[in-house]
Amino acid sequence: MDAATITSWMREINVAVRAERDHLVQLDAAIGDGDHGTNMVRGFEAVVQALDADGGQPPGKLLILAGRTLVSTVGGASGPLWGSALRSGGRVLGDQPNFDGGQLVEVLAAALASVKDLGTASVGDKTMVDALEPAVETLRARLAEGVALDRALDDAASAAETGMRATIPIQARKGRASYLGERSVGHQDPGATSTALIVRALQKAVGQGS
Amino acid sequence: MAVETRNMRKFLNDPSQVVKESLAGLAAAHSDLVRYDAAAQIIVRKDAPKRGKVALISGGGSGHEPLHGGFVGMGMLDAAAPGEVFTSPVPAQMLAATKAVDGGAGVVHIVKNYTGDVLNFKLAAEDAADEGIKVTSVVIDDDVAVQDSLYTAGRRGVGATVLAEKIAGAAAENGADLTKVTDLVKRVNDRARSFGVALSSCVPPASGKVIFELPEGEIELGIGIHGEPGRRRAALGTASEVVDVMVEAVVTDLKAKRGSKVLVFVNGMGGTPLLELYLVYGEVDKKLRKAGLEPVRNLVGSYITSLEMAGASLTVLELDEELIKLWDAPVHTPALRWGV
Repeated sequence: MDAATITSWMREINVAVRAERDHLVQLDAAIGDGDHGTNMVRGFEAVVQALDADGGQPPGKLLILAGRTLVSTVGGASGPLWGSALRSGGRVLGDQPNFDGGQLVEVLAAALASVKDLGTASVGDKTMVDALEPAVETLRARLAEGVALDRALDDAASAAETGMRATIPIQARKGRASYLGERSVGHQDPGATSTALIVRALQKAVGQGS
Repeated sequence: MAVETRNMRKFLNDPSQVVKESLAGLAAAHSDLVRYDAAAQIIVRKDAPKRGKVALISGGGSGHEPLHGGFVGMGMLDAAAPGEVFTSPVPAQMLAATKAVDGGAGVVHIVKNYTGDVLNFKLAAEDAADEGIKVTSVVIDDDVAVQDSLYTAGRRGVGATVLAEKIAGAAAENGADLTKVTDLVKRVNDRARSFGVALSSCVPPASGKVIFELPEGEIELGIGIHGEPGRRRAALGTASEVVDVMVEAVVTDLKAKRGSKVLVFVNGMGGTPLLELYLVYGEVDKKLRKAGLEPVRNLVGSYITSLEMAGASLTVLELDEELIKLWDAPVHTPALRWGV
């Protein structure tokens, strides 16, 4: 995998959040303030433009550029959270031109650590961590078992989707949904939903490259 | 471009430009007080930076007008960083605002406790520190509708924000140092409590849809300022009954000594006329006196709104002589003006 993998990942995310924009808005309107879909589309639209304008960099630097772009265009909580996540992930790769599955796990693990640190959230709080953490753990475990990368990523994306659905019955403890108390129960978390889209987009991007 | 959906009729040219066009209009209307830096999307006090004066900035999602841009001017804020509707601004905006107003005496960031605002201000404060600017941050969290516990993101920042900006802004104007101004923001936050009620939902321009549906005869108790639903739903009672709930929630949590002097802030959410807000004030005044508190100052009007939402919030601030003096000090901003 190389810089092209990162560019195609960001493009796949852009396509996915565009297609799911109204769904994300609807989920966020139920337990937040209804801007999540709009914010994610604005952010990844800007990321794709930034990568187009500033290509030719190693993959780690592209992730840092993508993260910086999200921080400076999204606002809300998802901007700093995903922005810091991609920047932390990018730093893992330094200037190297290629990376393998094991390093991809480290990129995602660094992203997860930065989200948990900045957002002070854990699994079960009804946030994006509920989708991201199982995805990272599944990818790490499958690769350790010797499963091929594309299959391992497919399992990771499925784990993120399972984690996303698991947010429905729980009460939010972080973010704006936590203000609703028990009334947040029964709604799927919008941040976990967009996170599942982002992991699924990674699986598609890597699949295209192989 | 006419903008009309089944749910709204709004004055818009292009829904995606509503914030920028509104800010340009604010600056055009009050060019004697503020300027609009369109590239950075910030509203800055016309005579900033003022050498040697502690500067105050705030920011947050738009849709709460006149908060915050309307409070930029003499005796209040030095700059405001408005985000998209109901979306916190990005760190670059707060950083630009901080740099635009720093007069060498330090900059206070007044942050409402919403996850997005807190995270983006945190990143901005780190960037400002890297550039050698002294920044302090105070998070406002006065909303008693939210239990402050491990199970929530903590109490929201609502009405106390306006009172803190006015009171600390007056101190900064008088030459108070960074520690003093920061402590005043904290003191107002510590001694103020708020509770909000929605009689209707609101329609963000970008989506064109109401944020939540309120069935006939029902109201939302314990709302924030982003059109999010409240803590619980209740039957619409008389004004006196609704005010009972608000006063009870605020007074119980404030735990002020009997006989304490208080400032009463009855705030409209955007769609409730003064006719009703004064009626509400009358009820609040009576009930507070019955509860042993003495309203000696007040603010009645729509100052921290949720687009066109009908409803009101009550903020009660326990006063002392210093806070009264700073509240009475001159202020000259687009939305608050007295003593000048």
